[in-house]
Amino acid sequence: MFKKILIANRGEIAVRIIAACREMDIATVAVYSDVDRAALYVRKSDEAYSIGPAPAAESYLRMDKILDVAKRAGAEAIHPGYGFLSENAKFAQGCADAGVKFIGPTPHSMEMMGSKTRARQEMEKAGVPVVPGTSRGLVSPEEGEEVAARIGYPVMLKAAAGGGGKGMRLVHSREELRSALESARSEAQRSFGDSEVYIEKAIVNPRHIEMQVLADEHGNTVWLGERECSIQRRHQKVLEEAPSPVVDRDMRRRMGEVAVKVAQAADYTNAGTVEFLVDQQKNFYFLEMNTRLQVEHPVTELTTGLDLVHLQIRIAAGEKLPFAQSDVEIRGHAIECRIYAEDPDNNYFPSPGKITLLLEPSGPGIRRDSGMYEGWSVPVDYDPLLAKLIGYGTDREQAIMRLQRALGEYFVAGIETNISLFERILGDADFREGRLDTGYLERLLAKGNAAITWDALERDAKALEPIAAIAAGMFAVLDPASPGSKNGDTGGPAATPSNWKRKGRSEALR
Amino acid sequence: MVYEVMVDGKPHRLELEKAASRWECRLDGKPVNIDAVITRHNVLSLLVDGRAYEIKREQTATDLHIWVGTTCFAVELRDPRSLRSRNLAAEDEKGPRKIFAPMPGRIVRLLVVENSDVEAGQGIVVVEAMKMQNEIKSPKKGIVKKISATPGTAVNPGDVLAIVE
Repeated sequence: MFKKILIANRGEIAVRIIAACREMDIATVAVYSDVDRAALYVRKSDEAYSIGPAPAAESYLRMDKILDVAKRAGAEAIHPGYGFLSENAKFAQGCADAGVKFIGPTPHSMEMMGSKTRARQEMEKAGVPVVPGTSRGLVSPEEGEEVAARIGYPVMLKAAAGGGGKGMRLVHSREELRSALESARSEAQRSFGDSEVYIEKAIVNPRHIEMQVLADEHGNTVWLGERECSIQRRHQKVLEEAPSPVVDRDMRRRMGEVAVKVAQAADYTNAGTVEFLVDQQKNFYFLEMNTRLQVEHPVTELTTGLDLVHLQIRIAAGEKLPFAQSDVEIRGHAIECRIYAEDPDNNYFPSPGKITLLLEPSGPGIRRDSGMYEGWSVPVDYDPLLAKLIGYGTDREQAIMRLQRALGEYFVAGIETNISLFERILGDADFREGRLDTGYLERLLAKGNAAITWDALERDAKALEPIAAIAAGMFAVLDPASPGSKNGDTGGPAATPSNWKRKGRSEALR
Repeated sequence: MVYEVMVDGKPHRLELEKAASRWECRLDGKPVNIDAVITRHNVLSLLVDGRAYEIKREQTATDLHIWVGTTCFAVELRDPRSLRSRNLAAEDEKGPRKIFAPMPGRIVRLLVVENSDVEAGQGIVVVEAMKMQNEIKSPKKGIVKKISATPGTAVNPGDVLAIVE
């Protein structure tokens, strides 16, 4: 087993990997950019080294600096987390060349899956169902128009190197195609350094369901159940759950077997995720394979009882999978909420800044993977993911109840977060019934602006108004060392919080 | 102690007096049985006739927020003896409107030029933060009187990006 591992990442995932290493008695090496010196994961690590300025291109994406730190610190392996260099085959190769074990698949598998176009070609060959479209990059807008005319609008433009919705555009008509292609290309170039964009038929209101796989370096590959990831905004997942409300035992087995076939076609090793689009008739199509640990891996951990990071490390160290497919049992239900620094009142615009007060939930059936702490300033330079709150229960209903309880206890002041959004989703009838697709969240948000009546909410607020008045006075006399005295000097009356902001747990529980 | 407390714009008169080990409280003239403990800075455990509330205080750049459980109120505390004007004018919807940066970020590009006509909701400038590009939109129909944002530069919350009249 390794004695020391470098974590080439930041934020909550770095904290989570450090936890696994500590549990396994492995020393950890953190790397940080200038703005992350005070980050939680740096505090938790055994060793930490600066790798440059804030922009990721000058720090977290600098393979040379990271490998240099690994060498200097004597790290035997590198865990890349998700994002940054995690799906970069050159980095995996660089690690191999430097004699450091990359905790993930081989560069060969990553190359095959890292390019979505190449992955499509390979999967077609292996007989895996794929969405109709091109399996290579578009050379011109004219070609795009021609293919789109053949497969029919709407179509989806996707960056071959893509992920996380970057370089991706839904195109409804020929008129939109040219400019969408241009902007997808420039975004792909900016995000991934590769402007290749291909085209696929857009499946209308699909579900996005993915299958976790795990493969050791001795030819054993298993599937660990699906995750329903249909609740997305701007192609960014917001809430994930396992199992999916629509997948039964038989469908799970079929998806799992296809996922294993995908992994084997790529000579895959370590943890990976095969993403599927599922249409309304429950047909599933291979979308892509993510050759890394996913943000949403905790829901699989909770429903299988396995620790995926432990297993990743053990596999990378050359161990065999300690169980067989027949040993894998899915039990209970888990739901993950991605807590982002975003302002619900301002179209979910990122909201970095200093966290002035933080109250965090825990207790039965609650897992919290967090990268923040009170007093920390959320930097502007990276993804706005702050933490993940995961509820686990005997069944879906109980997981929801536990999450609602925990969300009501979660309090982050100083910055805006999307916590109120989850109270909304969990209380929504369609969500409760499991009627989900990738358009679900946009519809819910649109409904919020138009059709929802806030009467009940207003009534609750009115009942609590005297309490707020008394509390304000008690703070003034008992806890005066606050900047509250600023009040009244702001040039205008305090704005009444919007209904979104004051949206209470009461509504979610209704 | 006597306070005039504005809660979401509605005035309340609050009288607090320390009596031995407890607080005597009158809200809008009526006595209220309370017990209050600061459990940590900015967090108050308040009992009102036996009902328990966890209250959080949040000072934003402009407002004081009091959270009763998960319900948020904008609050102003005033000493009624003060001569401070209570009727500060709200922003005039008809006049020029400043467009502020809602958060720290970098200006990516401008979508309009000075003196162009814009519709309400039309994008004025693109700001990038946390890897997301976001259009800052005009709050009203009018003419872009001034653009103070420069592509490539960093902005902080509250910085004026443009003025629409």
